[in-house]
Amino acid sequence: MTTTDTAPAIVPSFDSEEHAGRTLAIICSKGSLDMAYPGLIMANAALGEGIETHLFFTFWGFDMINKKTMGDLKFTMLGNTATHMPQGLGGLPGMTAMATSKLKKSSADLDVPEVPDCLEQIVASGGHLWACRMSADMNHLTEDDLYDEVEAIISASDFIEKTAGAQLLFI
Amino acid sequence: MPVTTLAGRPIQVNEEGFLTDPDEWDEDLGTALATAIGITLTEEHWKAIRFLRDDFAEQGETATLRRVSTRGGIPVKQLFVLFPQKPAKKLAYVSGLPKPHGCV
Repeated sequence: MTTTDTAPAIVPSFDSEEHAGRTLAIICSKGSLDMAYPGLIMANAALGEGIETHLFFTFWGFDMINKKTMGDLKFTMLGNTATHMPQGLGGLPGMTAMATSKLKKSSADLDVPEVPDCLEQIVASGGHLWACRMSADMNHLTEDDLYDEVEAIISASDFIEKTAGAQLLFI
Repeated sequence: MPVTTLAGRPIQVNEEGFLTDPDEWDEDLGTALATAIGITLTEEHWKAIRFLRDDFAEQGETATLRRVSTRGGIPVKQLFVLFPQKPAKKLAYVSGLPKPHGCV
């Protein structure tokens, strides 16, 4: 007499229904280096989980997709008590440059790409980039001034419409 | 830790099903793991799997997608085609390695 092992193999449920149809909308409204990364990293994580992801760049967040500034975002100690340094130091000449290069170095040590490379990876992973109409108009910028992979300049209401039912992150 | 049977032999896995001992892995098992999650392996898949295995042996941790693309030479876009929806986790699973810890 033979026995048969009928226990099912333990296999991860990668394609569970739980996440089917999940969409994430991320509004990036800040233009400093330290506030650019949270949105980019969360977008990347969501895409890696198979979640449809849309980023909307508005106000200072426009600097993240403006060809002139996207590679040169800065980090400053000024007004940021989380650096745990005397605030007066932040105003000294060269401090912002120093803080920026320190942050860039610690990001690079963790293999976190620079902002333009992050955007490139997000697009390669299927993410969607949208620019805010009002921010473009205020800064007299057109699609030619923006990172090539930005799909379009759209109004806030168009973005809200496009991301109906999405979970939303405002940064 | 649970033990499951794949490719006709007992394999130690964690509660999700990822191998807990990378040394229990060989290419036959890789094929069985891929089949279990609905992927038929091609030479392109193997290129990614072999990079992940070699890199893990050197670094002691599973490469992120970023690393597979920059060091392994397989574009991120292609990784999403080869291992749809959740490429980092699926690639690690098929390669018999833990999920990557890195965020990018």
